[in-house]
Amino acid sequence: MKLTVWTYEGPPHIGAMRVATGMKGLHYVLHAPQGDTYADLLFTMIERRDHRPPVSYTTFQARDLGSDTADLFKQSCRDAYERFKPEAIIVGASCTAELIQDDPGGLAETMGLPIPVIPLELPSYQRKENFGCDETFFQLVRALAKPMERSARISCNIIGPTGLGFRHRDDVQELTALLYDIGVEVNVVAPMGATPTDLTRLGAAHFNVLLYPETAEAAARYMQRELGQPYTKTVPIGVGATRDFIAEVAELTGLLPDVDDSRLRLPWWSKSVDSTYLTGKRVFVFGDGTHVRAATRVAREEMGFEVVGIGCYNREMARDIRGLAKEIGVEALITDDYLEVEQTIEALAPEMILGTQMERHIGKRLGIPCAVISAPVHVQDFPARYSPQVGFEGANVLFDTWIHPLVMGLEEHLLAMFREDFEFHDAAGPSHHGGHAPKAIHADEPEPEQAPAPPAPASEDNVIWLAPAEKELKKIPFFVRGKAKRNTEKYAVERGVHEISVDTLYEAKAHYAR
Amino acid sequence: MNDMTPSKGCRDVPVLKERGQREVFCGLTGIIWLHRKMQDAFFLVVGSRTCAHLLQSAAGVMIFAEPRFGTAILEEKDLAGLADAHEELDREVARLLSRRPDIKQLFLVGSCPSEVIKLDLARAAERLSQVHFPDVRVLNYSGSGIETTFTQGEDAALASMVPVLEQSDERQLLVVGALPDVVEDQALGLLEQIGISPVRVLPAKRAMDEHGIGENTVFALTQPFLGDTHAALERRGARHIPAPFPFGEHGTTAWLKAIAAEFGIADEVVDRVTEAPRARARKAIATQAAELQGKSVFFFPDSQLEIPLARFLTTECGMSAVEIGTPFLHQTLVGPDLDLIAQGPVISEGQDVDLQLDRALDARPDITVCGLGLANPLEAHGLTTKWAIELVFTPVHFYEQAGDLAGLFSRPLRRKELLKGMPNRLEAAE
Repeated sequence: MKLTVWTYEGPPHIGAMRVATGMKGLHYVLHAPQGDTYADLLFTMIERRDHRPPVSYTTFQARDLGSDTADLFKQSCRDAYERFKPEAIIVGASCTAELIQDDPGGLAETMGLPIPVIPLELPSYQRKENFGCDETFFQLVRALAKPMERSARISCNIIGPTGLGFRHRDDVQELTALLYDIGVEVNVVAPMGATPTDLTRLGAAHFNVLLYPETAEAAARYMQRELGQPYTKTVPIGVGATRDFIAEVAELTGLLPDVDDSRLRLPWWSKSVDSTYLTGKRVFVFGDGTHVRAATRVAREEMGFEVVGIGCYNREMARDIRGLAKEIGVEALITDDYLEVEQTIEALAPEMILGTQMERHIGKRLGIPCAVISAPVHVQDFPARYSPQVGFEGANVLFDTWIHPLVMGLEEHLLAMFREDFEFHDAAGPSHHGGHAPKAIHADEPEPEQAPAPPAPASEDNVIWLAPAEKELKKIPFFVRGKAKRNTEKYAVERGVHEISVDTLYEAKAHYAR
Repeated sequence: MNDMTPSKGCRDVPVLKERGQREVFCGLTGIIWLHRKMQDAFFLVVGSRTCAHLLQSAAGVMIFAEPRFGTAILEEKDLAGLADAHEELDREVARLLSRRPDIKQLFLVGSCPSEVIKLDLARAAERLSQVHFPDVRVLNYSGSGIETTFTQGEDAALASMVPVLEQSDERQLLVVGALPDVVEDQALGLLEQIGISPVRVLPAKRAMDEHGIGENTVFALTQPFLGDTHAALERRGARHIPAPFPFGEHGTTAWLKAIAAEFGIADEVVDRVTEAPRARARKAIATQAAELQGKSVFFFPDSQLEIPLARFLTTECGMSAVEIGTPFLHQTLVGPDLDLIAQGPVISEGQDVDLQLDRALDARPDITVCGLGLANPLEAHGLTTKWAIELVFTPVHFYEQAGDLAGLFSRPLRRKELLKGMPNRLEAAE
């Protein structure tokens, strides 16, 4: 038993729904109690879909238990087939139905429906949403894809995009254009947009582009083994990764791509002098493994940030992220407990977070700007405009998205100079934000967020701030204050200084100056 | 009130009972508003990842200010041995309470999985109450989908509080139902001016504000979904004052008069006290009703507020109802409202969502009240919808909110009118 307040992933049947809702002509009969239909609103509200997800819930109640829940399931299956006439049906159980052990797969098999019926085993008490996507798509591919003649022109499948995915819609469009530029046709995009019949044609492609390992790695491995299709290992998010991806495709296909990168702006935007202020900004990166790996590289190599910690919530990617962390010399945080993430962020005191909607809220609380790089999704992650993450346009989007929460370069200096200005002072936040709220400063009023803790006596493992030093600290702009405080305390502890004076503050500043 | 009673109301019309896929929330959802209302309470769901995901999704926006709810997620090993599950629960509760000393009441909330594995939360609550006495009171109720629908969660929570209320022989009025503070204050103000005293509320903001109940207690419900609470209060000897629910001008007046009559206060007193707010409500409703007049409404079952709201829309806003769906029909509670709805609409209980969607698409009502899962798909079919959940989250009771309540229905119509010149670029739904 584990107390959870917010979750990064839903249960695995939500993953199966993401596959079914992304596809067309597929129906999901889910053995589930009343109330599990809440999941529909994820798609109709967050993603603004204009169709109900293709899911029939058996809706059993307490009085059905032990009597006719199995019949209820069969009836739902029949009704779903009659009403929706799908090309194929997937069947499974949600967490509660798993406990009553009706075996939806076995029941559906005996019904003799004239279409493929694919049973799903998704252990609700062990696994989570991403596993649900991955396993569902794998079972569909296993049931429907067959070896067949390759297409005459070089083609690939794009696998991984689902319903309710973080920017999947635009990533597919950008990636399709990029592949076309390379000289590769797209055979099938799946699950998103594909029908079960389309899945039977997967084998015609020469290779697979594994866009999101979270949702399609099992299928990619299966197709490599059974259909002889290699798959790409680089996810083309960021400039470097996109170039590596192009090279990887060239290697797989023997093509010599001449890709038009005239729309790529990130490198110059990053090199232009206005971006100097980004240098060495300490960032913490958290999200799903794929987006964290990509963002870490972009942060270090393309934005000039310093990555001070990384982590992911999906254990399936733990090894990969631990490896990456070791490579860049930081700790990896593998957890789905957002309180633990918050503690880590608090301890690291980064100047920026690249995270999920959860970290955005953590950042709000701690006063640290945050850009969202990964699921879990929120209605804001489905912008009306074109906003991919992959490819060259994706890199441009990353640049814009990531610098948006920050105080801009010159503004940083102005804030430092005119700290006491009534509308341009440092508690007001970045001036281009709606939340920018100038408020009058009263010199002797304590800042509400920093209610003074009762001064503890100085001791071995404790340092206290003398009043003048504390006052001086407040003169440092808010976006570097956390770092200055931390560095000074570290400096003091290392030197056995228990009381921080103004001098200690500036000695530390000189010590850490670069 | 008699002047608005139709010659034939809907109390005795045959009810269309349906059984099939239900597009409704489970009772856990009530935690989203209950935890804001009861400021010293924590709601601990004992359930699965699905429960946690539901609470997070239904909240719409995540309330990150340390919400006073959480889910103890059952894992494989908890399913294997119930003894261990109890031990695990004790440990999680101890940890939670040590971290949150502000918590004075803890609700252990049962879920579908905990019900199916027969995890005895009543026993757990008793045990934990002893362990944490007197600092924390531990109660339990079920918000599971196999037993409760959406607002029934609040009903179950309030019903669980009734047996532990002290005994009191005081002659008093108990107002039952979680209302937003501003609305509760208005209600208490009106009752006080009418001359009714003392008035208590359930749930109280804090456990220490609670009062006893007994045979001299009469109670009025502010929400139509409190059937179990109603029964629990009657078991304690309290007596219910049946009345239409306090929505709109007429509903509020009828509700106040029924209470006044119980306390031997004449209608004229109520009329005098409520004259100004009634006029305000009438004026506010009239503005919105101009847009609602003559329009038809179709209710999908959701919160059990459907019948009182249909009463409000048909008798005070000039609308006609096509179908009034409700998850459960408590004749005793909504009877007075049914009396006031002229015969004509289909009254349906339960749901087979596909069949009901067929009926709605056939009828093409001017406005359809439905859950979040159905709203956008119906809009794509050209219907205008109102999310039912907003009716539960928004202050809509009593005079001062009557205009807002009507506005919740007129706004979608107004929006449709504003945007009608702009076709979707995307093709309409199939």
